[in-house]
Amino acid sequence: MMLLSISSSVFEPGFFSSAPVHVALIVGAVVSVVSGVVGTFTVVRGQSFAGHSLADIGTAGGSAAYLIGITPLYGFLAMNLMAAGVMELIGIRRPRGRDLATGIVLGAALGLAALFLYLDTTSSSTTGATVNVLFGSIFTLPPGMVPVIAVLSLVAVGFMLVLYRPLILSSLSPDLAAARGVSVRPIGIGFLVALAIAVSLSAITIGAILSTALLIGPAAIALRLTKRTGHAIVTAAIVGIAATWLGILLAYDSYYWMPSNRAWPVSFIVVTLIFVFYLVVDLAVGRRARPRRSPMVPETG
Amino acid sequence: MFSPFMINAWEACTIIAIVAGVVGFFTVLRGSAFAAHALPNGAFAGAAAASLIGANAILGLGVFSLLGAFAIANLSRRARHDVATALAIVAMLGLGSLFLSMTTEYAPEIYSLLFGEVLGIGTNELLPAALIGAVCIAAILFLYRPLMLSSITPDTAEARGIKSHRMELAFLIVIALATTMAVPVVGTLLIFSLLISPAAAARSFTNKPATAMGLSVAFALGMVWLAIALSYTTNLPIGFYVGVLGAVTYAVGRGRAGWRPNRTVSPNQSEPTAPVDALIGPSR
Amino acid sequence: MVRAVGRSSEILAVEGVSVSLSGREILHDVSFRVEGGEFIGLIGSNGAGKTTLLRVILGLVEPTSGQVLIAGKARSRRNPLIGYVPQKIGLDPDMPIRARDLVGLGLDGHRFGVPRPSARRNALIDEMLEAVDATRFAEDRVGNLSGGEQQRIMIAHALISRPRLLLLDEPLANLDIRSEQEVVALVARITAEQQVAVLISAHDMNPLLPVMDRVVYVAAGRVASGTTEEVVSTETLSQLYGHHVDVIHVNDRVLVVAGRENDVHHSVEPNSPRWSA
Repeated sequence: MMLLSISSSVFEPGFFSSAPVHVALIVGAVVSVVSGVVGTFTVVRGQSFAGHSLADIGTAGGSAAYLIGITPLYGFLAMNLMAAGVMELIGIRRPRGRDLATGIVLGAALGLAALFLYLDTTSSSTTGATVNVLFGSIFTLPPGMVPVIAVLSLVAVGFMLVLYRPLILSSLSPDLAAARGVSVRPIGIGFLVALAIAVSLSAITIGAILSTALLIGPAAIALRLTKRTGHAIVTAAIVGIAATWLGILLAYDSYYWMPSNRAWPVSFIVVTLIFVFYLVVDLAVGRRARPRRSPMVPETG
Repeated sequence: MFSPFMINAWEACTIIAIVAGVVGFFTVLRGSAFAAHALPNGAFAGAAAASLIGANAILGLGVFSLLGAFAIANLSRRARHDVATALAIVAMLGLGSLFLSMTTEYAPEIYSLLFGEVLGIGTNELLPAALIGAVCIAAILFLYRPLMLSSITPDTAEARGIKSHRMELAFLIVIALATTMAVPVVGTLLIFSLLISPAAAARSFTNKPATAMGLSVAFALGMVWLAIALSYTTNLPIGFYVGVLGAVTYAVGRGRAGWRPNRTVSPNQSEPTAPVDALIGPSR
Repeated sequence: MVRAVGRSSEILAVEGVSVSLSGREILHDVSFRVEGGEFIGLIGSNGAGKTTLLRVILGLVEPTSGQVLIAGKARSRRNPLIGYVPQKIGLDPDMPIRARDLVGLGLDGHRFGVPRPSARRNALIDEMLEAVDATRFAEDRVGNLSGGEQQRIMIAHALISRPRLLLLDEPLANLDIRSEQEVVALVARITAEQQVAVLISAHDMNPLLPVMDRVVYVAAGRVASGTTEEVVSTETLSQLYGHHVDVIHVNDRVLVVAGRENDVHHSVEPNSPRWSA
């Protein structure tokens, strides 16, 4: 009775029957899981910049793909894999050096993006599509892409599972890992490949902003709540799914709630949810657990 | 390309390059490449907001990049630096997507805001840009010593009363101002390239900090002038050349580093490993 | 060994300091004093709280109770009287900073503005580099120096502003015996010349035995201070630890060994820490 009326105002008409919503919920959940797994390691390894950059870098590949008429996802993927390779090639183990290498690759890729967008004769629509990837949220997926997305997701997660233990060890202490016979460099490359795949599929499906948000946000929240990697991954995935589904729901509802039927973009809602959730968790966990340290040094003695 | 038409571009770019060289020296020293990318990028939301309410886009951009600086600085006290930057940029971009959704046209200005426009600065905008640039340089010179100390040995700096988070905030504000003034010409997506590439290359040519800063300015000037010239003659966007020349400049620096005989690092010295606190917990 | 003490006033007083971090009490009611020019070893095993204590003295960590007085005055934010050599130095080889630049920053790094090169400033830097025997790598990039060389630069950096107390956090960890001796001799020599008091933390007191005036021994969150004979004894340390430990002298070295399981536990409260008259 009362429950029904509450639920009918929370779930605006047509929510559960809408096909785009179904796709969005499924895609959102899949991407959240992949992002949760890869993102936890990204945060631990201090490679958030790389994770974010790959979303922008892939856009250059996507624009190139538009130019030569192939599916943007493949351009995205190819560009990201190349970029990951170059980052690793010129990268240095020290975190500062690594971020610098990421920045250089990002700059070059964005420069190329500028070129591709300029060269495309149908420039306004490509710019529109690029801006869409960069700033918008794409929850409409041509049906043919869904199997590809699913396969890629499995590849990324599978890869991470294979790398799991050596990756934890080499992320914690490269010296210790090397002493145990773990080849740190190939593991690092393997991780970057998984990251490239994960970011490609998330940026194409949900946009670059959400890609980074779902990669870093839930993982950061999870690592505030638990120190064990396995728990953190699961928590990150759950937080991601929760934020995405709630965001989809609110975005759908906002169409009915907002004046003049101007729905709010899913990106904005999900990012805000993650951001707020992070602040809440951080305040709740409190100052006790937060070590005193300077912002730029990873850890002080 | 030296017509009166283009003089503005040369002047603006020269100012931009000098500021980028000076600020870039510390950006690279502190490993703030991500922040240098995140601030102008996220500030795009401010430009979108400003155009919604009919205000000057660059002004909106400036305000938002300052807000971003505060956001990153504040979040850095709670989380790892790169996580803080990531959270800040997605929050800003999220807002940007909201504002963009409220307009239905993709104005051609978006392209030039993102990727730059050689003729992006009019004559009457040169002076404000120069002023902001001068403020940035003055700020860096004023903060030079404590910022150096805080960047190189944060622990001893703290013991001397130099609070890291204050230096961090001050520096982020300088980045915000420097990138805002450069955006009209170079674009939000590529200004950071000017901040990191010349300074990164300069390091390979000298051990002295002052010389490194000077070389950073020199390389930035070279990069920018070449970019204008190429952009003018080939009619391709300046952002493209900035990005590519950035990679080239960095490569030059790496090549030079390969030529220099360096003293080998002794096994006593350990490299900072991946941040451990995320997995293990706060250290005492 | 008694060092020539030019200024005999007390430079550091730690009074009743307790520190809790992350809900755990690290230090409880710690008190000791350091007189001008003294060489004090802060001894304790890893994790005993030595670094925390040093950070309290530096004002980087707030004690939950008690106070720290520097030359009689309460700890202020920036204290020019204290020099600090941190435990982890790890300097990035990519930074275009020379050894002499880092030492120079020790002189005026806390002041705003750009360093103004002057003959006097350069002379001071040269003199300090000479004192730590770093002249030959003064022009080299700091990040390219070996761990021991970086440490010497950091010592020069800390001492060039003529502090009255030098804190060193575990400078001897990971060093071979020869290097240990060199560092100890270096620190003892310079600080004696400049009449600087030294508080040096270590988990093994043996390298410091030849030069220590007194020892502050940290265990179980508590502290006992006094001469080596007074503190490093089976009775005192057993009381400090709260269970039986044996102090064994082998030639001129000292070993502290945990007792056996079935030894009688002393339930007596450890004596209040003593300091020399």
